[in-house]
Amino acid sequence: MSIDAVDRRIIAATQGGLAFEAAPYAVLADRLGLSEAEVIDRLASMQARGVIRRIGVAPNHYALGLTANGMTVWDVDDAVAVVLGEKVGALDDVSHAYLRPRNLPQWPYNLFAMVHGTTRAEVEEKRARIAALLGEACRTHDVLYSTRILKKTGLRLVEGDR
Amino acid sequence: MKRKAAHELDATDRRILNALQEGFPLVPRPYAAAAAELGLTEAALIGRLKAMRESGVITRFGPFFDAAALGGAFCLCAMAVPEERFEAVAEAVNARPEVAHNYARAHQLNMWFVLATETPDGIEAAASAIEAGTGIPVLRFPKLHEFFIGFRVAA
Repeated sequence: MSIDAVDRRIIAATQGGLAFEAAPYAVLADRLGLSEAEVIDRLASMQARGVIRRIGVAPNHYALGLTANGMTVWDVDDAVAVVLGEKVGALDDVSHAYLRPRNLPQWPYNLFAMVHGTTRAEVEEKRARIAALLGEACRTHDVLYSTRILKKTGLRLVEGDR
Repeated sequence: MKRKAAHELDATDRRILNALQEGFPLVPRPYAAAAAELGLTEAALIGRLKAMRESGVITRFGPFFDAAALGGAFCLCAMAVPEERFEAVAEAVNARPEVAHNYARAHQLNMWFVLATETPDGIEAAASAIEAGTGIPVLRFPKLHEFFIGFRVAA
């Protein structure tokens, strides 16, 4: 899944997002000295190869009023963790779900699911729904509420060929 | 951070947010194509997106890249920081360019951050440097498996 120098220039030029103009790929092409068709082809190719996961909006959960943000964490039986993780990840209430290693004895949890709500009570309701879905495969769980954003930056990318 | 209260979003804004999380067309007039799907005009869609971007409802609009596909590496990390040292440690952690974001969370492990580096080796180097600089162990939680990501705004 290789990307060349031109791909990297396109990636760097879209870090700030697409232009809110009728022909955003043409705007990008002009900036890069490429044709609009080449920019579109290369973006399509990167999307097909998985370099681009998707093109679209990232909503700000806080600005949407979803100020309660809970990282729910679950100690799920390894034998069924992937199967159950798929189900948890598919819930509308869950924005991200991952399996991660435990750090015993301090940290017994292997499934992480981010849940957003307008209040903590709402997050707790959603957490109860996940608990019901996991059933006996889950030994113990917890929720960690974020109390403050200490830093937030986008993905950085070193420019130029590598 | 500029904020716009949730109630200021109307049903059309919410439909736009849900539809455009799914994808955006790779055609010369993508806003026109997306607007047609939503029953809007191109100008109306662009205007609403611009307003939501300016008010902070939309954090970013564009392609989202897979850092691993670009040759980079990501790792969620956590630390148990004594309350009296919290601000100083946050400052030291945030000062590192590898730290993409960092959240305070209500738990004994009270600082959670993501390291993003060009290579997998960079993760170890950055985590070790933070441990050396703060004297606090950095627990590493690399992603082993990622599940389908679905998030919908209540319509």
